[in-house]
Amino acid sequence: MSRPHATNVVGSDQPGEHRGLPARSNTPRGNAGTLTPERAFQAICLLALLLPLLLLLVLIGQALAGGWDRLTWGFLTSYPSRFPEQAGILPALAGSACLMLLTAALAIPIGAGAAIYLEEYARPGRLTWFIEVNISNLAGVPSILYGLLGLELFVRALQMGRSLLAGAATLALLLLPMVIMVSREALRTVPQSTREACYALGADRWQTIRRVVLPMSLPGILTGIILSLARAIGETAPLITIGALTYVAFVPDSLHSPFTALPIQIFNWISRPQAGFHVNAAAGILVLLAIMLVFNSVAIGLRARFRRRLA
Amino acid sequence: MTDLLPHHDLRRRRAVSERVVAGLLLLCAVLSVATTAGIILVLSAETVGFFREVSFVQFFGDTEWTPLFAEKRFGIWALVCGTFLTSAIAVATALPLGVLAAIYLSEYAGDRIRHVLKPAVEVLAGIPTVIYGYFALVFVTPLLQAVVPGLAGFNALGAGIVMGIMILPIIASLSEDAIHAVPDSLREGAFALGGGRLATIRRVVLPTAFSGIGASVIIGISRAVGETMIVAIAAGQQPRFTFDPRVPIETMTAYIVQVSLGDTPAGTLEYRTLFAVGMTLFVFTMMLNTASHYLRHRVLKGATL
Repeated sequence: MSRPHATNVVGSDQPGEHRGLPARSNTPRGNAGTLTPERAFQAICLLALLLPLLLLLVLIGQALAGGWDRLTWGFLTSYPSRFPEQAGILPALAGSACLMLLTAALAIPIGAGAAIYLEEYARPGRLTWFIEVNISNLAGVPSILYGLLGLELFVRALQMGRSLLAGAATLALLLLPMVIMVSREALRTVPQSTREACYALGADRWQTIRRVVLPMSLPGILTGIILSLARAIGETAPLITIGALTYVAFVPDSLHSPFTALPIQIFNWISRPQAGFHVNAAAGILVLLAIMLVFNSVAIGLRARFRRRLA
Repeated sequence: MTDLLPHHDLRRRRAVSERVVAGLLLLCAVLSVATTAGIILVLSAETVGFFREVSFVQFFGDTEWTPLFAEKRFGIWALVCGTFLTSAIAVATALPLGVLAAIYLSEYAGDRIRHVLKPAVEVLAGIPTVIYGYFALVFVTPLLQAVVPGLAGFNALGAGIVMGIMILPIIASLSEDAIHAVPDSLREGAFALGGGRLATIRRVVLPTAFSGIGASVIIGISRAVGETMIVAIAAGQQPRFTFDPRVPIETMTAYIVQVSLGDTPAGTLEYRTLFAVGMTLFVFTMMLNTASHYLRHRVLKGATL
């Protein structure tokens, strides 16, 4: 991204990238080290920026301090228990993994399909406008309301029960606006001239999309979807609303089996008064953060490769 | 684009498959409309059922919310008050920090610093809220208890402050976009008139970006109103019409979680309260989102200046 900058006339002792005119040329300032309102304000602004980052470190530090010792192989491979020292997150991990796979399987084709329609097929008009307003509105609906929709639609009306499938379908609806938005952005990076070249070779619209546009934008779409899934893996409220269980002592074995997920297990442990369970919650949080870190790193790596290829 | 399509003897066969594909893709896009319709339908249907048994006067004219007790009362204001209180604390935390951070990013930071720090702040927005809830309960509240006398273990203050940290990146990022959009010519004009950097920011940049900053704050409020896990974990589960941030309260979202955790059979009045509360929440967030959209739209129109 290029931003207009006035040329810096002060010299190399300035960072040289300030917005607008160089600060020193017309700003009343004392000698180096004196506190002027100008400098005080800049310092306050910097502080306001660094404080949240500091809090992020404190948050991670807190989870590490609380849960690092509990983070053993046994913790990852045990079932929940009445005794905090024996409890583990195996059903929660398995539940989250199944949930993510199913959610991706539902959200990716529908989201990408909608994005392709809006980018490649839709003509400007009432319907297109209506769909677009809708998608941006959906992005602002609190996630817990998707839970209420899932409860009535999937759990009750479609009789899926409080199953893995109902959970995945609910999360898929929740992810859809985000998947559509990121997919559209990726599709837009394909130059129009490439499509026209393809038409000139005799391909029709769908062939152009399938053989040229999609392969070119796939890494971008994947990046966006992985980032969306990283969001979804931490979603707790909609799953609680559709009735995911907080105590599950088995690994889900079918689409219709009841389930729990990692954030729900963490919530369950936080809600208990005993300190031992809070330690478990902290350890669970570390696992959740680690999973998110992996997802995000993969996405960032993919994006970097994608950019290099386009350039 | 259409006139670039090839004329070919296969054209008719292609036209059919083209139409099928286009239809399928349209179906995917329309599913988003169906989702909105589904949410509104589900909420309305159960809310209508709710109001068959509970009058509007009981719902809007009372400040006690006790549908799970023997003596049932349905004053939604108790939950709205809890939501208002935590959101207000969140905004009070996030607004000054977010706008100042946005000013730093846009007006002081160089490109390189900006490209590192802006995504770093946005990481905060991606942290699962259940983790923030843990942070509020186990770290922030005990810390505050050392300073604030009479602070309960579950309270609106700790939950609100942590919620503020959660919405801060949204406010900072969107405000930065708005401040960034202020044309440099305005800044240069102010500098030419002898204004210092601070005066320029205060008298020219901020007033020009006001609508955009306002829009970002409203989006932040909307997120805070809809936020669930932080308040469900750290703010307590006691619906209470109070503005005292030190005592346990309950928000609309936390109530939905509380009822969902208990196994309430469908079709009962308790079950329907979920949707009546959900409907109230939906109306609030939609009003906020619309207001924010309107403000942002004004920015876009005003950007030509």
